[in-house]
Amino acid sequence: MTQSTLAIGCAAGFGGDRTDAALPIVETLIARGGAGVLIFEMLAERTLALAQLERRKNPELGFAPLLELMVRPVLRRCLENDIPIVSNFGAANPQAAARLIQRIAAEQGIHNARIAVVEGDDLSDERGRKLLRAYLKPADAAREIVSANVYLGAEAIADALRAGAQIVVTGRVADPSLVVGPALAAFDWPADDWDKLGRATMAGHLLECGAQVTGGYFADPGCKDVPELHNVGFPIAELEADGSFVITKADHTGGIVNAQTVKEQLLYELHDPAAYLTPDVVADISDAEVEVIGENRVVVANVRGHRRPDTLKATVCFAGGWLGEAEISYAGPNAEQRARLAAEIIRRRIGNELKLRVDLIGSLSVFADDDGNALAAFSSANARDVRLRVACVHDDRSAVEQLTREVTALYTCGPAGGGGVRTTITPRLNSVSCFIPRELVPARFSFLQ
Amino acid sequence: MTPTTRQIELHHLAHSRTGDKGGTANISLIPYEAECFALLLEQVTEEAVYELFRHRRPASVRRYVLPKLCALNFVLEDVLDGGVNDSLNLDTHGKTLSFLLLSLKIEVPAELAMRFARKGAAG
Repeated sequence: MTQSTLAIGCAAGFGGDRTDAALPIVETLIARGGAGVLIFEMLAERTLALAQLERRKNPELGFAPLLELMVRPVLRRCLENDIPIVSNFGAANPQAAARLIQRIAAEQGIHNARIAVVEGDDLSDERGRKLLRAYLKPADAAREIVSANVYLGAEAIADALRAGAQIVVTGRVADPSLVVGPALAAFDWPADDWDKLGRATMAGHLLECGAQVTGGYFADPGCKDVPELHNVGFPIAELEADGSFVITKADHTGGIVNAQTVKEQLLYELHDPAAYLTPDVVADISDAEVEVIGENRVVVANVRGHRRPDTLKATVCFAGGWLGEAEISYAGPNAEQRARLAAEIIRRRIGNELKLRVDLIGSLSVFADDDGNALAAFSSANARDVRLRVACVHDDRSAVEQLTREVTALYTCGPAGGGGVRTTITPRLNSVSCFIPRELVPARFSFLQ
Repeated sequence: MTPTTRQIELHHLAHSRTGDKGGTANISLIPYEAECFALLLEQVTEEAVYELFRHRRPASVRRYVLPKLCALNFVLEDVLDGGVNDSLNLDTHGKTLSFLLLSLKIEVPAELAMRFARKGAAG
């Protein structure tokens, strides 16, 4: 680390992540000294639609449900040690999230925290919907919108930090922008220094899923072993003024950062390696190299960047009917044949009205297709512990209830020895994406009063 | 198969991770040893991967080669039955599919197969 190194730690990779990951990161940042930032990435595609539904029920909700559990243990340490917190945990209600953080800070004896809110992503109001109609397909434009958000970039985050924000609460921003924003503010890069933005973006990409770069989503016993996975440490990127970076992790934690974990995460959710599109830059890793420079320290070199896109991606969510799922177990001799017979019974009773998916968990399930081609072609493996799962989706909840009733009735009307029926019916959300000229969806920040 | 080669699962030679965007999955493939990269390039072709995923009817399979990273990236369009939007699969994201790719049979020199057997790598 040099004098100007900016260390950014990521303590959450999705809305349901562990709530005890932040403290080891914060303690590591404090122990090392120098500039540090803590980020939480907490918004998957559908999370925001769920948050929007929460907000409609209660105008003080609609932010990430785990926000308080994530922030409370580290808020005072961060504020007292000049470690800004930047997160999209504002979800559908960044103002309410900011107010909650203000209350937590006050409880901890801090009454002057500078909390900024980034807005401009939410297009679910009348003005936003009007704008969207021009960019959605006509059939989608006619549907009832649950949520609509554009992916904002790093600039408003950087502006808020430059203005002295200690906490930056956002709604939808591109995940890597949570890292690019603090880097822009720290290093004062021109907004069109594409190579530097490309490097910071890939640092952000490596951090945005939390432990996925430090040994999470990685272990394969005997092939890829991870030490102390139950206590996996979350990642820290050490950025330099030229955009180069080291990926490492919190001190005194489990997990591992090596060439394998970094390569897997570098390619995660990436299509063309020469064109990783974000609001800030088009990052290019086609010539990237990974080098281990120490224990749990990996450099990613030769990342380039190209001019950012002229449009921003918006994700629009609609109600998507009801998902019904019902399961029953068969075990012991002839178990698979009994499960197959049970599936056949369900098909003959309701298969004409409902499109059903059948899984034989323990024999063939997640690798198969919704149409059942793989299951039909799959000769029986004579599995002796099989859980039959039948699923369907329908706009009408009562149609889905038919499925759950039919599987329940297998107790007495189905094959021998069926047990452990469980059924669930859950609302579904559909989403579509469209692209909007960036000048039509400006981002802005303001301080919470 | 000639006597000097053996068929083994890709799982012995390489590791992999799946990501999703909408109905499209990307699956990385990274050899444990750089010397195996040529084998992967030769045998884990777009056609071989399409064949392995045929029952899920991908609209296309595209392979990107990253020689400096010593890795491949496969992009399988519309392979997730609509993904988190529409799929009835338990695994709507297709997160498990990296291990379907790793079940692909690869023909390797017998000497190499022996070496992996000695290491005791599972699967």
